[in-house]
Amino acid sequence: MSDQFEPRLIGFLCRWCSYNGADLAGTSRMKYPPNLVPIKTNCSGRVDPTHIFKAFAEGADGVLIAGCHPGDCHYINGNYRTAGRFPLMKKMLEQLGLEPGRIRLEWVSAAEGDKFARVVTEFTEEVRALGPLGWNTRTPEEQADAGQASSDRVEEAVPA
Amino acid sequence: MTDKFKFAMYWAGSCGGCEIAVLETKDKILELDANYDVVFWPVAADFKYKDVRAYDDGFIDVCLFNGCIRNSENEEIAHLLRQKSKVLVAFGACATMGGIPGLINETTAAELKELVYTKNPSIDNPEGIYPQEKLEVPEGELELPHLYDTVRTLDQTVAVDYYVPGCPPEAHQIAAVLDVVTAALKGEGELPPKGAVVGVAPKTCCDECKRVKEEKKISGFRRMWEFFPDPEKCLLEQGVVCMGPATRAGCGARCTNVGMPCRGCYGPPEGVVDQGAKMLSTLASIVDAPTPEEIAEITATLPDPVGTFYRFGLASSLLRRAKV
Ligand code: SF4
Ligand code: SF4
Ligand code: FES
Repeated sequence: MSDQFEPRLIGFLCRWCSYNGADLAGTSRMKYPPNLVPIKTNCSGRVDPTHIFKAFAEGADGVLIAGCHPGDCHYINGNYRTAGRFPLMKKMLEQLGLEPGRIRLEWVSAAEGDKFARVVTEFTEEVRALGPLGWNTRTPEEQADAGQASSDRVEEAVPA
Repeated sequence: MTDKFKFAMYWAGSCGGCEIAVLETKDKILELDANYDVVFWPVAADFKYKDVRAYDDGFIDVCLFNGCIRNSENEEIAHLLRQKSKVLVAFGACATMGGIPGLINETTAAELKELVYTKNPSIDNPEGIYPQEKLEVPEGELELPHLYDTVRTLDQTVAVDYYVPGCPPEAHQIAAVLDVVTAALKGEGELPPKGAVVGVAPKTCCDECKRVKEEKKISGFRRMWEFFPDPEKCLLEQGVVCMGPATRAGCGARCTNVGMPCRGCYGPPEGVVDQGAKMLSTLASIVDAPTPEEIAEITATLPDPVGTFYRFGLASSLLRRAKV
């Protein structure tokens, strides 16, 4: 094992295209880094900004959203919504100091195993170069904060 | 002291508006006096921290705690009041969500001081004089509380029993909350489940808003000073960023009913984890443009989405603060 930084990446993959693209990369035995944890979603349009903020808040170094190509969304316009929301979300994350390279939106079809492998490879290297994000463990003050949070808001429990 | 119940109210990092809101309950305040002894309330009665320290644990029946945790003094008193109170209520937007002071989480205490004492165009401070936390004087050492980089909510600091949101909470909601707690203390009713948000209504601010809602489709954003908004129509449909869809009901849509957009002071509605994330999805989905690129162009005209969507809730949002 080398001691280079291994980024932790979360990938929200739509089940109709990109998840199958990832499957194809696997069954075709393409080589790509193991850093991305795939999460199957029904549609890229279902990936609420809440999920992305939560991923960063809980320690992800980078987040990928992948869906069907424009015009191919199983739900007609889910990916259109994803694309419309993405720039404003990115702007908010940048306002909070996140490097733009840590969040990425890609269209990957079920036939594009090679594209999936390439995207994950590129993304892993880009985030590796940026280094750890550590949103949940940044300053000693922040770490102390985390240890002290002691009560739950029953109404606002995160829905599964 | 009488055998009345014991009441305390405290202000941490806040503006004092919550205290005024309690006075706004008008004759209810007489009921408060009939049922409770005030044992600590810096704005209204002359008790000192040492008095509170001398009370037995749990001596205070109800403590309304307003204000965020901005500095070491706020934190110390939050722990003290938690220890001395049976029921600790996070009262108002700052205690529940960080409030306006929580916007400091976009930057750091050092940058704040630099702006206030040096960079501010109306400041002349050639010697670079900054406030010091400790100062030696002939009589001894003077000490100011330590200013934190990160504003915290009350429940990020100590365990909280109930939440009453609002900047400030509405008087009729405060009265309702006091009624419930007093009845429970007298054994005439039950306390709500621990952790409940009280003094609010289910649904969103839009549900309480009297403006006429049609199809939410907008082609651009406008600020209030740029035009005369139609007094009857939904402000959001007129292109004004109104936080109503991402805000909990409870205030009766006070602001929109008098012509101003909702700023979101009641916090996210039930089931919504992150108010800013919710508002961002809402806005992006009502922008009416044929391509995602054009939607992006329109949303890019919003100058400060973090400060707008998290005006009161940055400290309690998922990300909580900017990266430093
Ligand atoms: S968006 Fe604002 S103005 Fe429109 S209905 Fe909701 S609260 Fe009222
Ligand atoms: S309309 Fe919005 S900002 Fe105004 S009091 Fe109600 S919740 Fe607060
Ligand atoms: S189903 Fe793939 S993006 Fe909508």
